[in-house]
Amino acid sequence: MDERTGFLLFSAIALVGALNVVLRRNAVHAALWLVGSFLGVAGIFLTLGSGLLAAIQVMVYAGAIMVLFLFVILLLNLETPRFEGISLARGASLFAAAATGLLLLWPFVNDRSLQAPAVPAVDLPVTAANVGMTLFQRFAVPFEIVSLVLLVAMVGAIHVARRPRRDEPA
Amino acid sequence: MTDPLWISLVKAVAVFAFTLTLVPLLVLAERRISAWMQYRVGPNRVGPFGSLQPLADLVKMLFKEELRPAGVPAFLFGAAPAIAAICSLFMMAVVPLGGTLEVGGHSTRMVVADVDVGVLAVLATSSLGVYGITLGGWASNSKYSLLGGLRSSAQMISYELTMGLSLLSVLVLVRRGDAAGLFGSLSLSDIVASQATSGIWNVVKCPVGFLLFTTAAFAETNRLPFDLPEAETELVGGYHTEYSAMKFGLFFLGEYAAMVASSAVVVCLFLGGWHLPFVTGAEAVGVPGALLQVGVFVAKLLAFLFFFIHVRWTLPRFRYDQLMDLGWKVMLPLALVNLLVTGGLVAAGVF
Repeated sequence: MDERTGFLLFSAIALVGALNVVLRRNAVHAALWLVGSFLGVAGIFLTLGSGLLAAIQVMVYAGAIMVLFLFVILLLNLETPRFEGISLARGASLFAAAATGLLLLWPFVNDRSLQAPAVPAVDLPVTAANVGMTLFQRFAVPFEIVSLVLLVAMVGAIHVARRPRRDEPA
Repeated sequence: MTDPLWISLVKAVAVFAFTLTLVPLLVLAERRISAWMQYRVGPNRVGPFGSLQPLADLVKMLFKEELRPAGVPAFLFGAAPAIAAICSLFMMAVVPLGGTLEVGGHSTRMVVADVDVGVLAVLATSSLGVYGITLGGWASNSKYSLLGGLRSSAQMISYELTMGLSLLSVLVLVRRGDAAGLFGSLSLSDIVASQATSGIWNVVKCPVGFLLFTTAAFAETNRLPFDLPEAETELVGGYHTEYSAMKFGLFFLGEYAAMVASSAVVVCLFLGGWHLPFVTGAEAVGVPGALLQVGVFVAKLLAFLFFFIHVRWTLPRFRYDQLMDLGWKVMLPLALVNLLVTGGLVAAGVF
């Protein structure tokens, strides 16, 4: 399978999956389509010759994060919402969302220079060793900043979720 | 080195057949060993020493009536056992059964897919395997199944972290003592080769990592003392309560195949894979040498599987909160410290 066919196949999988995430009414089904979409993205990484990114994509997103999503959905036992028809407000917000999306996409469709393939910041084959060296040497500071941001998010989540102490006003 | 298509096919079929042959033998071994441990006789009616019992069980499962509870999504209900079985079998693809085989000027590694991210492929597949159990639990439309599926997803996420972290301590070790002075590798073949070159197995260099990884492997394969998704005394049968006939058989197959695969991974990572001390090195071998290597690997695999079974019939099941406490408050910190110590020792030049 050449790169082009692979790309078309896997991006089709990713797009159909993503579309079904928003079209399914059953939350569990939507989550499963998202897993399919992630697997499609992993396939795209594979056709681009990066087994590393593909494996990490499957492991982190399709494996860990979506399992957690599914866990929460099953725990909440969501009802399947009924279709209530399209009200004026809903129609207007749908229209606004679509218009904003098109507006954001417009430069990429219009401007030829933006369609040229992006120049990679580091021109090395994507192996574990290269990724590691690049991340921890050249991009060490951005990497640390990102982990700090994640840490802040984590502390925030714990603060929101924890039970207040007895002597503390809720 | 790339193989012609027919060699890849031969290897794939061989490993597939190897795993599928081992599963019924393992089921029989489990029943005989548990009987031996509990001072019972065990299956001894079908064939000599009950050796045909798994075959009889298979025939029974194939011909049993298949029941499907009312109101279940048919596709997911059927897909769940298939996912569980496929993910377990797929893991064996990256496990090297031997070193490099050289026949008539052509050399090939004795592994189905010698991918350079082998270890990550193992983790990725094992994290996908949980979908089989979780979906089986959800699709069954029964409270016991759902509870089993829920437990399984939480358990997998908790123990995957420990598994990954204890794996990292092995990867740190691979960096040195490599034949070609390579930079370290994620390929299981290279990890075994580096142990064969240095002559010291990773279990000696980081025993804590071995312990943590093995414990996490028990949890990931849902084996006692971590079989809470199944927990027949609380949840009837857990995620497979509503399954019958061959669909249940597939779950069964998946569990035992996962046992084989994770034992094989442990043998490769920590117990030197096909390496026999003082006899074999990392160099390419002919047919007799290859047979010896595969023999050594299978012997280690069987020994570890015996350990797997022995633990199941020795330890009682954890309570759910104990399981979570062990995972997050004991094993995860221990894995972090272990990584730090191993990394420090490597940096100080001890290994």
